[in-house]
Amino acid sequence: MSNFQYSRRALLKSGLAAGAVLAAPSIVRAQEQRELTMLTWAGHADPEVVGPFEQAHNVRIRAKEYVGGDQMLAQFAQSPAGTYDVILADAEYVSQLYRADYIEQLDPADYPFDDFFPEFQKFEGHWYDDGLYAVFLRFGFLGLSHDLDAISRSEARSYRAMWQENLRGKVGQFDWHLPNFGTISLIEGNPAPFDLGTAAWQQVQDAALTLRPQVRGFYDYGGTLSALRSGEVAAMPGIGDWITGVLQRDGANVATTIPEQGGLQWTESLSIGKGSRNQDLAREFIRYMMSPRGQVATATLKAYPAMVPTRAGWAMLNETNPNEAARQNMSLTGANALDEIRAGRIQLRRLPVQQSLESWNDAWVRYKNA
Amino acid sequence: MSVLSAKLRLRRRGWFALWAAPLPVWFALFFLGPMLLLIAMSFWSVQNYRLTPDFSLSAWSYVLSLDFLWSSFWRSYGLSLLSAVLVSLLAFPASYAMAFLISPARRLTFLGLALAPFFTSYLVRIYSLQVFLGEGGVLPQMFHSIGLSGASLLNSYTALFLGHATLTLPVVLVLQTLALGNVDRTEMSAAVNLGARPLQVLRHIILPAARPGLSLGVLFAFLLSYAEFVSATYLGGGVFQTLPILLTDLIRGGQQWPRAAVVSLLMMAVLLLTSLVTVAWAYRQKGN
Repeated sequence: MSNFQYSRRALLKSGLAAGAVLAAPSIVRAQEQRELTMLTWAGHADPEVVGPFEQAHNVRIRAKEYVGGDQMLAQFAQSPAGTYDVILADAEYVSQLYRADYIEQLDPADYPFDDFFPEFQKFEGHWYDDGLYAVFLRFGFLGLSHDLDAISRSEARSYRAMWQENLRGKVGQFDWHLPNFGTISLIEGNPAPFDLGTAAWQQVQDAALTLRPQVRGFYDYGGTLSALRSGEVAAMPGIGDWITGVLQRDGANVATTIPEQGGLQWTESLSIGKGSRNQDLAREFIRYMMSPRGQVATATLKAYPAMVPTRAGWAMLNETNPNEAARQNMSLTGANALDEIRAGRIQLRRLPVQQSLESWNDAWVRYKNA
Repeated sequence: MSVLSAKLRLRRRGWFALWAAPLPVWFALFFLGPMLLLIAMSFWSVQNYRLTPDFSLSAWSYVLSLDFLWSSFWRSYGLSLLSAVLVSLLAFPASYAMAFLISPARRLTFLGLALAPFFTSYLVRIYSLQVFLGEGGVLPQMFHSIGLSGASLLNSYTALFLGHATLTLPVVLVLQTLALGNVDRTEMSAAVNLGARPLQVLRHIILPAARPGLSLGVLFAFLLSYAEFVSATYLGGGVFQTLPILLTDLIRGGQQWPRAAVVSLLMMAVLLLTSLVTVAWAYRQKGN
């Protein structure tokens, strides 16, 4: 009985203490720990990535995850100014963020641009009138992802493999118009796959329809992983190591090949949200992500791996995780992934130049309904 | 005497008022309000990814001029009607057994078991069906071992139907069992005593008497399958492009809530019409 009373008293005491902490003005607690909000694709606030930064700066990162650039823009538009300190966006959507005046101008001197490989220094859509608005964080290639038991690497050297009789009902598609129509556009031989005149755009839609009978289904991120993992589908266009890298780590016999017709590049970049009240901290966070440690963490992200734009990042990855560096072909000596870009085999994934996003979206829904 | 009856009347009125009062509130809060909002939203516009109150017909004209709208519509309607009929046929023998062959105490146990799947999330049940139906899954392997094709069953109508059945079979089972349980036993015994064969009893006594309940079973299975999105996506693989998939596509690509509202209203109108016709038919008096 006395025991019970004691514990009740103790409980009361600690309860009061907790109440006092909660009741204290937030400014007092802010000195103890700050909060940085981030609007991002899934997986980027993984403790393995942001943990060291959180500890070093006594900050907690609160991530709001989105799926797709449209949702990201809508999320930002519907929130009060200053809700998001850091935004991780696909590079092609940075221009949308800039035009809507959602992001702050950045000072290039804060970030290690000298250490960037040259092709990423003045990256498209990140600079306006010589002002910097986004920092290139990571990238990857999109080609033909395939089950090696069904299609060899040499067969996958052409996207035409998807039309083979043995792949009828074995082709899967990631449920998003840009990479799919972009790939078809590459197959049709358009040198700028997203800059299409009326006739060329119609041709892409018509060509896509010939692939439709081969298609098993349309998948989201999780569905894509399980469909390729189980062998439900044997080939998927317009995705890349961001899917097959995850599956390889899991022991699946899959690969991504960049066919002769070329591949696409996806890019993710960091910006500071307009009106952020933690701009100093946001800047520090981007600096951390661009540091070798941050670069290695994002290169080996659990949700989906990627290549990184800094030499120091490559060097540290080769030092600390040579297998992953080799797997992603990020070798500092000899041939490496950048050769694909330098050989002109990679086109940036872009928003449609001559059509609206809406009309591409409509075409995609129409294609799925065909 | 008259004072007493007046008092009684008043009390009775009060009693009814007590029960009647929440109805308009409930109706306004949960039906009329959301419905009006949905109608209003279908005239709003989306500016810079922001939903903006407006009076614009653009969402209506956009959706109604989509060339694949009606194929999508009929696909949704046909698939869910087929599922509803198949589920009802599948459930009927079990409902019949529960209503006529099993003691009332056992019946409760069986009905409880039928409802047990509701204890887990529908999404989880659909996801776990992938394990049974997918490449190298339980069912394809079983088929393979008896010499049939061991190909994956996902992204087929079979898979979609199983998804629909997962959702609707328990509901249909309960509705049918209740309907059959309320069939007048004396009429059935009379028919048997007059020499009717079991099939004749079923056709001329049981089915007509249980018609309202059985029709409601088909109707509910249809309503649930028609608005179904999860199975269509994860078991149908998005190959069966139905209106719920179109609806989510409209929101995903460009945050077009007004257009999605138009599709929703269209779906609701069709469901309402189907329900009214079904209910009217189910409760139609003989000879009318």
